[in-house]
Amino acid sequence: MTGARADDALSEPAAVLDRDQALALYRRMLLIRRFEDAVQSLFLRGEIHGTTHLYSGQEAVAVGVCSVLEGVDRVAGTYRGHGHALALGVDPQGLLDELLGRETGVCHGRAGSMNVVDLEHRLIGCFGIVGGSVGAATGAALALKRQDAGGVAVAFFGDGATNQGYFHECLNFAKVLTLPVVFVCENNLYGEFTAWEDVTAGQIVQRAQTLRIPAATIDGNDVAAVRRAAGEAVGRARAGEGPQFIEALTYRLVGHSRSDPGRYRKPGELEAWRERDPLRLAREMLTAGLGATPEAVEGVETEVAAEIEEITERALAAPFPEPGPVREFAP
Amino acid sequence: MTDVFEFRDAIRDALDEELGRDERVVFFGEDVAEAGGVFAVTGGLRAKHPERVFDTPISELAITAAAFGAAVCGLRPVIEIMFGDFLGLSMDSIVNQAAKFFFISAEQASVPLVVRSAVGAGGRFGAIHSQLPANWFINVPGLKIVAPSFPGDAKALLKASIRDENPVLFLEHKRLYGIKSPPTPGRGDDEVADLGRARVVRDGADVTLVSAMKGTHDCLAAAERLAGEGIDAEVLDLRTLRPLDTETLLASLARTHRLAVIEEGPLTGGWAGEVIALLAEHGLHEIDDIWRLATPDHPIPYSPPLEDAFLPGPDAIAASVAQRLGSGGGAVGAAMYSPAS
Repeated sequence: MTGARADDALSEPAAVLDRDQALALYRRMLLIRRFEDAVQSLFLRGEIHGTTHLYSGQEAVAVGVCSVLEGVDRVAGTYRGHGHALALGVDPQGLLDELLGRETGVCHGRAGSMNVVDLEHRLIGCFGIVGGSVGAATGAALALKRQDAGGVAVAFFGDGATNQGYFHECLNFAKVLTLPVVFVCENNLYGEFTAWEDVTAGQIVQRAQTLRIPAATIDGNDVAAVRRAAGEAVGRARAGEGPQFIEALTYRLVGHSRSDPGRYRKPGELEAWRERDPLRLAREMLTAGLGATPEAVEGVETEVAAEIEEITERALAAPFPEPGPVREFAP
Repeated sequence: MTDVFEFRDAIRDALDEELGRDERVVFFGEDVAEAGGVFAVTGGLRAKHPERVFDTPISELAITAAAFGAAVCGLRPVIEIMFGDFLGLSMDSIVNQAAKFFFISAEQASVPLVVRSAVGAGGRFGAIHSQLPANWFINVPGLKIVAPSFPGDAKALLKASIRDENPVLFLEHKRLYGIKSPPTPGRGDDEVADLGRARVVRDGADVTLVSAMKGTHDCLAAAERLAGEGIDAEVLDLRTLRPLDTETLLASLARTHRLAVIEEGPLTGGWAGEVIALLAEHGLHEIDDIWRLATPDHPIPYSPPLEDAFLPGPDAIAASVAQRLGSGGGAVGAAMYSPAS
């Protein structure tokens, strides 16, 4: 399916994208967007419960970063984690089934939208507490360094996490222990409903720089830019140069969670960012820069739409888990 | 010095042996490597295992989160949180990350890590370096809580904790670090304990005294005094506070029909209440009397006479038992606090 085909192209860590690679990245980004559209629709139908946090608008960050990772690497995502999971190749069917609380979900319906784990696909968890991913990836990096197989850990987190203890403690911890971890801050301008600059002193990237962690602020909506920056950062971490930091400027095109109408947005802001929708930028790169035909791009869109339709149908038909005895402890 | 086998030696030996046995074991914390720990427990480990024993910043949350992430990725970390009172800073990683992972992930992986921490009062450390915060964690599913009383047992229990596949909170009572004379395995023995098993450390027929850590020693001393008054007390050392050993507790209750739980910790919401609830649910017909003794529901005071009066001790335990058993053996000590006193 989509996952397997895209992975072949994505496994090349080359900084420069050729057309097929770019098409694979676009396909993965589109898969995330359409997946999130389906989640929203299923939520409104009462098929997905509690709350969800959609990744729509931020796809280039996860897809760009994960495109340079290798099998030995590990990733910690956030409660806005569907994009992190799909970018890593987590089976969209298993993920959607999980969101619907089905037995066939990647965590058998135990985790739900905010807490997905899929170790087989390198995802050590999505963390429901802001900043939790920073801690988990720091620990993963400790193990990867000890195991000495060149593995790198990646933490995805939002601008809000940079004001948590996890962030400050773990960046310092990782630096003094020279851990192979790449901290990827997805600055989408709002921590929940509050503008980041209203609650954050100084510049986020400087917080890393003051610890002598190599850090860059990049365009998080340009998947090629993300891939280039991630390739460099991951390469340095893999080479033993210690933690790296990327602040990816991006924007969520939907509310914080399903109950958020987004009234806090500044006038014109959403429209301006829609102009810079990462899917639109990727399409432009493909057709204008890399000579992909409109048919090729449309072909991807048709395939992804069909895939989403198919997995939605299957997810709705999947069985719910049966309540039964649970093991409190691992044997 | 092989004839000296203090509790702290037991801890160090267990760490040393497990580091030597399994390359996946790492040990880190504040001042544990070069300095050997503020309670002089971990000296020499760095020299023997230089790659796997290291100092960290004073960052309890980062230390704990690093242990969690490393455990999920194949290591078996042991960390030290210098004082149990600092565990509040580790809370999110222990409760929301480590303890839930096995379940939430649908058993994709376990989280084998040990959080060692020095706990307990009596050292004049004041309200925020003296707590025994087991109860902050007692209702966290997926977490084991180990609370040894004797040196040999501490070693066997720590080895078992390191080999266990689950997150384990391993509590070391500060007032026990210097004690010797293990009643159970001696130094060099390679025993690995079963977590979740209590042990009767003194047989008796009239009443059971249930406790853990320093409380076990206080109960043994109280039992000696009670023997002089003709009361034959059994002492049950819990060893593990979560999960509790219901079977051993019920068996002792069935022998004595009177049971007191002695807890160093605030009465309200304590593990003593949990023990009593279990026995009431599963052994009601065996109960002639059952009660608990704990510390008052206020912070631990600093001043020596205040702290001494605050803590459970052999006199107060013996007096309480004598009173409840109707032997008229003196008043309940002011030190002890229970609903009945």
